Amino acid sequence: MNISAIIFYAISALILGAGILAVTSVKIFRSAIWLLFSLIGIAALYFWMQVEFIAAIQIVVYVGGIVILIIFSIFLTQQSGKDLPKPTLSKTVFSALAALFGIAFTFNLINHYGFDNISATPFNASVNEIGIQMLSTSSHGFILPFEVVSMLLLASMIGCIVIAMKTSTSDATPLNNKED
Amino acid sequence: MNEIPLTHILFVSTALFFIGMYGLFTRRNIITMLMSIELMLNSVNINFVAFNKYLFPDKLDGIFFSLFIITIAAAEAAVAIAIIINLYRSHNSIDVDDATEMKF
Repeated sequence: MNISAIIFYAISALILGAGILAVTSVKIFRSAIWLLFSLIGIAALYFWMQVEFIAAIQIVVYVGGIVILIIFSIFLTQQSGKDLPKPTLSKTVFSALAALFGIAFTFNLINHYGFDNISATPFNASVNEIGIQMLSTSSHGFILPFEVVSMLLLASMIGCIVIAMKTSTSDATPLNNKED
Repeated sequence: MNEIPLTHILFVSTALFFIGMYGLFTRRNIITMLMSIELMLNSVNINFVAFNKYLFPDKLDGIFFSLFIITIAAAEAAVAIAIIINLYRSHNSIDVDDATEMKF
């Protein structure tokens, strides 16, 4: 049990504890903050696995983008001090049973699979390698999904604007009198 | 680094996935359900990176899958929040129990 193993178990405890609190907290704003800590723990796990580029992307996109977006939508749509309605007891019990059964089943499968842990070659995931393979046009390059995902981002951006745009027709007057 | 076997990382990601599933089953608020889905997507990303690092260290395919999953999750979250804002404008509530027009 050296220091690396201790760090791994500490990061895992952070991820799982913050995740459990994020799905069980009764205040929605606290739930979002616990989700933030869980995502930071996942970024720390990527740093521990020495894939620094994915860890940086995780922090930039999830912690800096998605959680902020979620917090903004909480502010826009909800009284953040109000408690969430508690789920009924039967729903809680059956959901917990389903989750525990799934965890036990998958743990059993993983435990008996027996991965051959032969990784003699060192793992090289530097930004240099990732960038070269990302934009390579050879048979192992990822230039086509790279371009397709840029079209997806453009489409989703325009779609968001169209969906969330306020329609200013004369017959459908909005409920609140905010001028925007 | 090498004392931690691959299975322990898989245990963590499995537990995180089922925590997200529990949240998706119990919550009735769309924003918290979206947060549970984010947890599940992140557990999948951990799996991809761990498999790539431990089993196929000479390739980078798992890294690329993680990158594209993160990108698509960002697009999905943006569209979902636009839908949430539109739903709140028309129903004044973002509980899934209040939006039952399309329920058969």
